Amino acid sequence: MKLPSTPEDPTPVSGGWTDVTPVTHRSPKPPHEQTAAEDPDLVDWEGVARSPEFRELLRRKAALVVPATIFFTLYYFALPVLVGWFPAFMERRVLGPVNLAYLFALSQFFMAWILAAIYLRVAGRLDAVSGGIADRALARAAEKGRAR
Amino acid sequence: MTAALWMFLAFVAATLGITWWSARRSQGASAYFAAGRRITGWQNGLAVAGDYMSAASFLGIAGMIAFHGYDGFMYSVGWLVAYLTVLFVVAEPLRNAGKYTMADVLAYRLRASPVRAMASLSTLTVSTFYMIAQMVGAGALVKLLLPGISYEVAVTGVGILMIIYVVFGGMLATTWVQIIKAVLLMSGSILLSILVLARFDFDPGRFFEAVRSVTWVGKDGVEVTRDFLTPGLLFKPPWGALDLISLGMALLFGTAGLPHILVRFYTVPDAKTARISVVWAMAIIGLFYILTTFLGFGAATLLTPARISVENMSAPLLAQELGGDLFFAFISAVAFATILAVVAGLTISASTSFAHDFYTNVIHHGRERKPGQEVRVARITAFVVGAIAILLAIKLQTVNVAFLVGLAFAVAASANLPGIVLTLFWKRFNTAGAVAGLGVGLASAIILILLSPSVMGTDAKALIQGTPLFPLKNPGIVSIPLGFLAAVVATLLTREPESEARYSELLVRSHTGIGAEKEGAE
Repeated sequence: MKLPSTPEDPTPVSGGWTDVTPVTHRSPKPPHEQTAAEDPDLVDWEGVARSPEFRELLRRKAALVVPATIFFTLYYFALPVLVGWFPAFMERRVLGPVNLAYLFALSQFFMAWILAAIYLRVAGRLDAVSGGIADRALARAAEKGRAR
Repeated sequence: MTAALWMFLAFVAATLGITWWSARRSQGASAYFAAGRRITGWQNGLAVAGDYMSAASFLGIAGMIAFHGYDGFMYSVGWLVAYLTVLFVVAEPLRNAGKYTMADVLAYRLRASPVRAMASLSTLTVSTFYMIAQMVGAGALVKLLLPGISYEVAVTGVGILMIIYVVFGGMLATTWVQIIKAVLLMSGSILLSILVLARFDFDPGRFFEAVRSVTWVGKDGVEVTRDFLTPGLLFKPPWGALDLISLGMALLFGTAGLPHILVRFYTVPDAKTARISVVWAMAIIGLFYILTTFLGFGAATLLTPARISVENMSAPLLAQELGGDLFFAFISAVAFATILAVVAGLTISASTSFAHDFYTNVIHHGRERKPGQEVRVARITAFVVGAIAILLAIKLQTVNVAFLVGLAFAVAASANLPGIVLTLFWKRFNTAGAVAGLGVGLASAIILILLSPSVMGTDAKALIQGTPLFPLKNPGIVSIPLGFLAAVVATLLTREPESEARYSELLVRSHTGIGAEKEGAE
């Protein structure tokens, strides 16, 4: 089995125990070698959090997640409520020998899968938005780092 | 009988090979705790499924359906729907803002020491309870499947194997044990379902018609005919439906707070992969629970309860009926693989939390005294946790410990989830709130279950003699609101400007992935 490899530093790996300072290309860079873009401390968190594009990202996420959560919670708890307090209704045969109770329980699985698929689609589209926000925030941080 | 042993030994040999391979390649903390964050989406999806579907799901739910029909199937629904909470609320923010544990996210803007200490306590509680339930189950299972092996030998064997996986192979070995187990479990279930349907000429109508009227001769010699699609055979009035609602709450809120599931999202390269892996897991877990219809109803119609000795034996006995001794052996080996993968996942999440949260961050304030110290402590913890689990499981041999799984979910839902959700979504939230939520959630879940019919009873098997003071088996419906309430009240009673000041940073990080832990980094 092969795991996907990361783009690795072409420098030969050192790190034998004889090295005075064992350096491997996997260890994080020390602070003085980091470029500003790699240092999140320079990011203006408040500014990003207040920016209209970030508010829009949160709004679009909430527009899906909040109603979807309310829906699946109601849909799920409808099952024990209906089965527990309205057994005669749920006993009704609707598809050959199969009753409403079984079909409703089975439908829960499809409900979960459909909501997950919708979320996957929407979140995939929002990745571009959040990626853009991250890139711009890091670019501004890099500028700030150079100015220092 | 020996065929089962050989198949199990083959699984053990394969997993030990994987452990050896991962021990050779993994170096450093992120390799040990998070498999170098190089697990792909589908791999992690299988591993999450493998971590989640315990023997209680495989043998327990099939047996529940075989004996109590529809109610067993209804019981299984919540285990999948719960993943919507994981997908919508925790998987991505956790991956973006955390490093190895759930407490990383809490400690981002709250005072690290108290929050990490409480979160570590809650993690260890959940993991140990869950682990003991699994180990006792493993011992009981061996007695049924391989009468030649004693309970003590089985429990010790399972314990030693999980210690080896975790101590030497770390997260990478654990992940692959879970992936293999998930593949075995799914192939076994699909094959068994096909064999069941073949008996009904692949006509679902005939299958469900048979489920509608199962006839057998009971122990007292009286013929019984029962409609297995009728609700109410297991969850009976007056408390049945409410108990199911309470369990449903524990599942819906608890799955997203289970430490051994949460650590899995740190093993992937980024939040997007974490999200994809949840969807993979949902596809696998959902398919599995739908298949339990065929396993459980198949056992009910083809074997009838008269020919099944113990509920948990329904699936293996069905395999024997349909596929002979070799298939019985395969299904038995799958059951062991199932237990091993779950306990290994629990061990690594417990030891990660102790080493990372408690040892490094609480005792040593976030600094390793020597490089590699954190991993060394985690390895020692895994060994200690494993040894304690073996001893407790042997001590508790005769006790019915099934309630411990429910307790683990209730604690995760009442203690962990309020902390995670409020940290991520409520600016005003603070350390006092987190500590109160974790403490009250943990304590109320434990106390209520001690007073519930799971522990208290008037028959000889009950752990505490006396009429149960709390009517439900699952404390969720009371303890979850208590956990949230405590977190909110304690927050409103105190002020912590530092926590509010760092909220923007956590919010931006968790939604954009800026500064998230990189793949392969130490």
